[in-house]
Amino acid sequence: MWWRSPSFILDKQQSDTVPHQRNPPDTLPLHSPPPFSMADTLQNPNPENNISAYYQTRAAHHAVVTGDWLAQAQAAIGRDPDDSTDTTVATVAGKPFSVIDEFNSWRKQPELAEAVAAIRALAAVIRNCQATTMMELEIELKKASDSLKSGDTTSISLTAGCDLFMRYVTRTSALEYEDFDSAKSRLIERAEKFGEISCKARRIIAMLSQDFIFDGCTILVHGFSRVVFEVLKTAAQSKKLFRVFCTEGRPDRSGLRLSNELAKLDVPVKLLIDSAVAYTMDEVDMVFVGADGVVESGGIINMMGTFQIALVAHSMNKPVYVAAESYKFARLYPLDQKDMVPALCPIDFGVPIPSKVEVETSARDYTPPQYLTLLFTDLGVLTPSVVSDELIQLYL
Amino acid sequence: MDARRATTTVPRVRQVGFFTPNAPPAQPSRTHSFPLDSSSPPLSNSPVNNSLSPVMIPPSRHLSDNLVHRATSPLPVPEPSAFRRPIRSHYVAVVGSYNPTESLLGSSPPLASPSSRVIGDGEFSEESSAGWFRRSNSAKFASSFSGAFDLTSVKSSETGGFHQVKKPVVAQPKEEKSGAAAFVEPQINKVLSSSSSTKPLKEKTTKAERRALQEAQRAAKAAAKDMTVSVGVSTSKPVKHQPAQRKDAPPPASSIAVSDRKGVERSMEKERRKDIPAPRMQFDDKSRVEKAKKRAVVNQSEARNRVELFRHLPQYEHGTQLPDLESKFFQLDPMHPAVYKVGLQYLAGDISGGNARCIAMLQAFQEVIKDYSTPPEKSLTRDLTAKISSFVSFFTECRPLSMSMGNTIRFLKSRIAKLPLTFSESEAKASLCADIDRFINEKIVLADNVIIRHAVTKIMDGDVLLTYGSSCVVEMILLYAHELGKQFRVVIVDSRPKLKGQALLRRLVGKGLSCTYTHINAVSYIMHEVTRVFLGSSSVLSNGTVYSRVGTACVAMVAHAFHVPVLICCEAYKFHERVLLDSICSNELGDPDALSKVPGRMDINYLDDLTNKDNMQLLNLMYDATPSEYVSMIITDYGMIPPTSVPVIVREYGREYLWI
Repeated sequence: MWWRSPSFILDKQQSDTVPHQRNPPDTLPLHSPPPFSMADTLQNPNPENNISAYYQTRAAHHAVVTGDWLAQAQAAIGRDPDDSTDTTVATVAGKPFSVIDEFNSWRKQPELAEAVAAIRALAAVIRNCQATTMMELEIELKKASDSLKSGDTTSISLTAGCDLFMRYVTRTSALEYEDFDSAKSRLIERAEKFGEISCKARRIIAMLSQDFIFDGCTILVHGFSRVVFEVLKTAAQSKKLFRVFCTEGRPDRSGLRLSNELAKLDVPVKLLIDSAVAYTMDEVDMVFVGADGVVESGGIINMMGTFQIALVAHSMNKPVYVAAESYKFARLYPLDQKDMVPALCPIDFGVPIPSKVEVETSARDYTPPQYLTLLFTDLGVLTPSVVSDELIQLYL
Repeated sequence: MDARRATTTVPRVRQVGFFTPNAPPAQPSRTHSFPLDSSSPPLSNSPVNNSLSPVMIPPSRHLSDNLVHRATSPLPVPEPSAFRRPIRSHYVAVVGSYNPTESLLGSSPPLASPSSRVIGDGEFSEESSAGWFRRSNSAKFASSFSGAFDLTSVKSSETGGFHQVKKPVVAQPKEEKSGAAAFVEPQINKVLSSSSSTKPLKEKTTKAERRALQEAQRAAKAAAKDMTVSVGVSTSKPVKHQPAQRKDAPPPASSIAVSDRKGVERSMEKERRKDIPAPRMQFDDKSRVEKAKKRAVVNQSEARNRVELFRHLPQYEHGTQLPDLESKFFQLDPMHPAVYKVGLQYLAGDISGGNARCIAMLQAFQEVIKDYSTPPEKSLTRDLTAKISSFVSFFTECRPLSMSMGNTIRFLKSRIAKLPLTFSESEAKASLCADIDRFINEKIVLADNVIIRHAVTKIMDGDVLLTYGSSCVVEMILLYAHELGKQFRVVIVDSRPKLKGQALLRRLVGKGLSCTYTHINAVSYIMHEVTRVFLGSSSVLSNGTVYSRVGTACVAMVAHAFHVPVLICCEAYKFHERVLLDSICSNELGDPDALSKVPGRMDINYLDDLTNKDNMQLLNLMYDATPSEYVSMIITDYGMIPPTSVPVIVREYGREYLWI
C-alpha cells in the first residue's frame, strides 16, 4: 500500500515540516500520536490526554495491575462523566433524572458489562419518563441514548448496546393499536426483558462453548475477557481437564489477572509474554478470545494483539473461537486496521522514552473474519458470516 | 474422567453462504447444541430455552412480510421468522419468509397448516423415509434439495433454503408425497387452483433438472405405493382420519386413487411447465436457432469463426443490421416506436451501462402503457403481459438482456399480474406508470444516493482510489467525495476496445480531481500505491460472485494480492438469486472486429486480411465473474455488507419489489 512506498516517506517528511491544513491524525492514525505529548514523555510516559474513555472503563473494570497512570485514569473517570452530567440532565417535571447517573450507578457493579449497564439505564429512562405521547417518549429515549453514547465514543459495545436497545424496544407491533399507558408498560416490559437477556448472555455463551472444550486440550487466551473467563470457569466446574496459556496482555497486563483467577479455580495455567505466542502455538489446541465489538463483516475488534494471535493460529491451522454477547454486534465495517475510531491507551515501557521516538498507543486491532473459526454468542454458535445476516435482520 | 472426547457429537454451527448441503442433518436447534449426554450437568432449564435473546427483535420490516406470516402461521405467533427457540413440530412447516413451501402455502393458508398439524409425527417419519429413498434414487436431486426436506429443524431448512432457488418446484413434490395418504388429494386440487390464480415467482430450471425432478417424482410415487402399505400399518397416528382407506384399502380402490392422482399430476406438470420459462436459448443448438431466426425481427447475420467454448452465446456481425431495420420500420406495426427506438439504441451501443439501459427500457414501457388500449375480448393483464414479452424479446435480439433488466421485467410483469380486477383500464395504466416511476426513483436514483453516502465514509484524506472502466455510481462517489473536500487521488484503469475510462477521466479532470490514467496492463505496477479499489458491477449473484465488465476480475485479483480492499458498488435491484461459477455459462460476445482494428492506427493492420481465416478466432467477451473472495465489501442501498450476505438480501428483499 501507499505508505509502504518510498514516495510516501518523502511525503511524510514534507508533511512533518509543513503543518497540515486538515486534521489527518484522526483519519490517518499513522500521523498519530500527536507530537505535543512528546515533550513530557521523559518525565511521564503516560500523559492523560492520550487515554481514551474506552480504556479508562477498561482499567476501572478489570482492576488492572498497578501503574501510576491508573490513578490518573481513575481521576479522569471521575471527571469525565461529571461534565457531561451537567449538560445532559433530562429535567422532567421538576424531578431531575439523569441517564448518566443511572448508568454510572449500574456500572459500579463489577460483573455487569458496560452495555448492559447502559441498557438498564435506558430502561430506567422509560420508567421515569413522563411523556404523554409515544413520539415524545421515543425522542427522550433517543436523547438519553445519544448522551450515553457521547460519554464514550470509543466503546463499541456501548454504542451497539444502545442502538440495539432502541431497536428492540421501539419496534413492537403492539405500539400501533394500544393506548399510551399500555404501550408504555409494554415497552418497560420489553426493556426489562432485554436487560435480563443481556445479563444472561454470558451464561448462555458459557453453556454453548462447553461442547468445544474437550478433556486434555490446551487453550490459549489473550487478555482478560469476562465471557472467556466464564467459559473457562464453567468448564472447570464441570470437571473438564484442560490447561490454559495466558498471554501477558501488555500494556495493561490483563492476562496476569486472568491467570490469577484461573489459578484460584485450580486450572493449570501458564503465563506467556505476548511475543511467545508463535513459539507455543504448536502445543495449543484452540485459541479463545473475547471481543470489544463484532463488526458486520464477522470480524472482531479486540484488544491489541488479537489479530496477531489469530494470524499465527490460522497459519498453524488452530481454531480461533470468539466469545461475544450479541449486544456487541455493531454496524461497523472496517476495511483495514486503520479504518476504525482509534482507542488510545498509555503504555508503560518502564524506562524513559526519548522524545523523538514515537509510540504506537492504539489499544485495539481488527481481526478479519477469515481468521476466525467460530463466534460463540447468545444467539448460538455462529460462523462469522452469520453476523452480517443477524445485523441485516435487525437493522433493516 | 472417562468422558474424554465424549463430545464427539459435533456441535452444531449455523452457517451462511456456501457449504456442502449434504452435511449431516442438523440437530433440532442450535440452541440445543449442548448435548445432554455430555459429562457436564444437564441443563434442562438452560436460559436459552425460555428466553428470547436480545437480538431477536421481531422485525416489523415490511408490511408484506407480516402479511405473509399472519396468513401462513397457524398459531398466533407474532413473527415466526424472528424466533430462535426450538420450534415445535406443528408449525415447523411454515416458518419464516424463506420457507420453501411458502409460494404455495402463502396462497392457501388454511389447507396446509391443518394437514401438517394433523399428520404430526407420522408425517415426519414418512417424510424422512421418503427422503432417503429419493436420495438413493436420484442423487442430484436429493443433494440439491435435501435441506428442504429436513423439516425436523427450522435452522436447517433455513440454511438449506439458501442454495435452492427453485422453491415452488420443491414444494410440490412434498405436497405430493404426503399425498400418499389419499385424503390430501383434494388439497392438491385446491393448491392447483390457487396457485394458478396467483402466479408464483418465475423460476428457471434447466432441462436436466426437470428430468431429475420427474424421475424423483416417479420414484416417490413408487415409494408412496409401498408406503401406504408399510407406513400405514406401522404408524397409527395419521391413520386416524382415514382408517378405512389406509389400513385395508383394497387393491382396486388404491389403483383408482393412483390413476386419479396421475391425472392430477399431469395437470400439475402442465401447470409447472407454464411456470418455468424456457431455458436460455443455446445458440449452438442449430434447429432452435433456425426457429428463432424465423421469428426474429432483427435480422442479424452471425459471425463465422466462433470460439469453441462460447458457441452457446449469440455472436453477430455488427453494423450491418441498422439500415435493414430502419427500412423495415413501417412493416413492423406491432412494435411501439419508443421500444423500437430504444432497441436501436441498444443495437448501436448508444445506451450502455446497466442503469441507463434499465431506465431506457422502463421509460419505453411507460410509453407503451400510456398508448395502450386493450383489444376487444381480451383482458388487460394477459394482453399487456404478452405484449411486453414480445417487446422484451425484441430487446433481447438487439442486445442480450442484463440480469438487472431481467429483474426489472420481472417486477413489471408482477405488477401487471397483481392489478386489481376492479381497476378500469385508465386506472390500471396510471397505476402501472406510477409503479415504473417509483421503481426508477426508489431502486435506482435513491439507491445510488444511499450508496454514495455509505461509500464516502470509506474515503479518507490521502487515499488513492482505483477504479476500472466507467461506472456511474463510482463516478458519483468520487465527485461527491471531492465536493466534501476530501483530499484523494484517483487512478483510472482502462482497457481496450471500449476505452470507457477516457470519458470518465475527462469528466473527473474537468471537475478538478487529480487523476492518473493507465491501461490494465499496468495494474500490477500501479496497485502498490492504491489504498482502495472501487468497482461498479452489472450484477451480484447469490454466491457473492460479481458479474461485471470484463477485466474487473483481473483488477480485483491484483488488488487482493496486494491486500488492497475491493469495494463493489451495486444497487440491490441488480442482485440476482442465480449462482455463477465462471464467466463462460453466461456472458455476452462483443464485436470481434473491435479487437483486430485499432482506430486511427493504420500502421497496426496485422490482422486485416486474417479475419476470415478458419484457423483464427477472435473472442471479445463483455463480462466476467469475480469470485467473492476477492471482494472485501459490497456497498448497496441496504448498507455495507460482506459478499456472503448477498443471499440474505435476496431472500429478505427479493420479493419486496413485488409489493411496492
